[in-house]
Amino acid sequence: MAELMLREAILQTLFSEMERDENVVVLGEDIVGGMGTEGGPEAIGGIWGTSTGLYDRFGGDRVIDTPISESAIIGAAGGLGLTGKRPVAEIMFADFLGVCMDQIWNQMAKFRYMFGGKTECPAVVRMIYGAGLNAAAQHSQAPHGILTSMPGLKVVMPSTPADAKGLLTTAIRDQDPVIFLEHKALYAEKGEVPDGDYTIPFGHARLAHAGEDVTIVAAGLMVKFSIKAAQGLAEKGIGCDVIDLRTTSPLDEEAILDSVENTGRLVVVDESPPRCGLATDIVSLVTQKAYASLKAPPEMVTSPHTPVPFARELEKAYLPSPGKIADAVERTLAWK
Amino acid sequence: MQISEDALKQAYRQMKTIRMFEERLHDEIMTGEIAGFTHLYAGQEAVAVGVCEHLDYNDTIASTHRGHGHCIAKGCDVRGMMLEIYGRADGICKGKGGSMHIADIEKGMLGANGIVGGGPPIVVGAALAAKLYGDGRLAVAFSGDGACNQGTTFEAMNLAVVTNAPAIFAFENNHYSEHTGVAYAVGSEDIASRAESFGMKAWRVDGCDFFKVYETMGEVVDHVRAGKGPAAVEFDTERFFGHFEGDPQNYRGEGEIARLRKERDCITIFREHAAKNKLVSKKDLDAIDKEVSDLIDKSVEESRAAAPPTAEDVLTDVYIDYI
Ligand SMILES: Cc1ncc(C[n+]2csc(CCOP(=O)(O)OP(=O)(O)O)c2C)c(N)n1
Ligand SMILES: [Mg+2]
Repeated sequence: MAELMLREAILQTLFSEMERDENVVVLGEDIVGGMGTEGGPEAIGGIWGTSTGLYDRFGGDRVIDTPISESAIIGAAGGLGLTGKRPVAEIMFADFLGVCMDQIWNQMAKFRYMFGGKTECPAVVRMIYGAGLNAAAQHSQAPHGILTSMPGLKVVMPSTPADAKGLLTTAIRDQDPVIFLEHKALYAEKGEVPDGDYTIPFGHARLAHAGEDVTIVAAGLMVKFSIKAAQGLAEKGIGCDVIDLRTTSPLDEEAILDSVENTGRLVVVDESPPRCGLATDIVSLVTQKAYASLKAPPEMVTSPHTPVPFARELEKAYLPSPGKIADAVERTLAWK
Repeated sequence: MQISEDALKQAYRQMKTIRMFEERLHDEIMTGEIAGFTHLYAGQEAVAVGVCEHLDYNDTIASTHRGHGHCIAKGCDVRGMMLEIYGRADGICKGKGGSMHIADIEKGMLGANGIVGGGPPIVVGAALAAKLYGDGRLAVAFSGDGACNQGTTFEAMNLAVVTNAPAIFAFENNHYSEHTGVAYAVGSEDIASRAESFGMKAWRVDGCDFFKVYETMGEVVDHVRAGKGPAAVEFDTERFFGHFEGDPQNYRGEGEIARLRKERDCITIFREHAAKNKLVSKKDLDAIDKEVSDLIDKSVEESRAAAPPTAEDVLTDVYIDYI
């Protein structure tokens, strides 16, 4: 075990997987940082610190710094994947999904099905997502809902450094296209990370906090907020299960349903707006499959149906928070 | 090209406003009071001003993440911009957009943009509208050297050519996209030749010399207003600060910034040229400096004291009409 920040866990995993398998190739904008400058390659080493040193160790054929061309980056990842390589592409801000949507939605996600199951595209697309840094409407979004709705993609949202390692390792070794969402506000989060080879299977949620009264379901940064809410509620004698989904596709239905069957109350926390998203998806699952267990209507704590605002006060009001989650928990308990 | 003393003073005032706005922001950001990502335009003032001084009220521009200079040059309210960057309710976008999304449609400023390559296609639309209005108006897309690699920029250039849209693609080559050098990221010899290969006329000019920019833009604007099709200009320019505030800049060469500030400062170059050719007196320019400095001081003071938006404001402005 070593204590690492989430961003360090990502970097270490990229190192060890590139060491382990020469087919692993990484590509993205400014991931080397300094190409074509006097400072030279690695002068910066990637703006997130998740690729520092890769170029020096593995060279430019496997660590590909790209121009600003998201469609070509993701298309190239698809092509690398189709022809026997294991690309790990980085989209610097998940919002730029808008630029490369075709290569994800119409190409990578659908190759296998359209081609009658005869192809494999083991590509990973790392996207840095989320609000909390006042980066405004085009640098703060959480597009996991859109991506989770796409057949053919697996979608991963780690919430701890250990999970970042275990899930990224699994993602890189997986034979299907995987979207790997890293929350920028979790990058400095510290935690113990297992040494050596460490994988976490997809579709297995983690019980991040245990309690008997209410089930809270969350992913990514919202897990941290939910745990905080659950800890506060525990002091008041209210017990919450916090289910960290880890992957939104595939979804660990069993973990959610088992918990709700026990508690009878559900709060889903989602960073993205409320319509047609992760929260509605989980609420729908539970009302269909655990209806008889419910003692109160499910609650959703989400962002509003608006773009992400800039000003501190606005973004704070926009995002779910431990306080808003705790309020929702208390509402489900008060329901008669 | 002839330019009146008044027009020169106005151009200098605009350049100096941008410079002081950015230098001041650089200091204020250090205090931690300003949130979010801020990309400063200092060093490139002669481009924004040299272009926009040729534009009329009806002409439109679209800008980039490094948008403050374009906004000021197109006439956006400096005070409203400062309030916006401070995230205040009275900001030009009510604190909803911040530095990267300043816009003022009334002034023909169609928005800074957080998406690299977001602007050029929008400008083609504005240029097609301009063609329909039929009064000689035009639209300008400001893009960096990095943005010229984005597919949207290619598509926009080709669409403008095939529709003969009165669009100008203004490429500000400051030699860096974030921390990557243009020599690495742009495969063609230069950016102007890329534009030429799409079938439009292109110009190349020193973007640190206002007089050269202004003169070249005179030709470019005449060409486009005359209905001869879209045009491109590649400006050789310099970025004085980091990519964003907080950038360690260790990709730069030894002493690079000091050298740029000494040899490639468009404000110094303007003053030297004006003095040598006796165009505007030093006294007049100094008076403008003072005037601008007061304006920036006042904007910052006011922004610091101004009220932030409230939680209810999150929900407004998504639609004009809903339900
Ligand atoms: C679609 C998209 N990709 C990447 C980015 C991240 N990004 C912001 S500015 C920038 C560099 C832009 O370089 P250039 O066009 O030369 O403009 P400059 O910063 O030099 O003004 C990058 C990569 C972005 N904002 N949008
Ligand atoms: Mg540039």
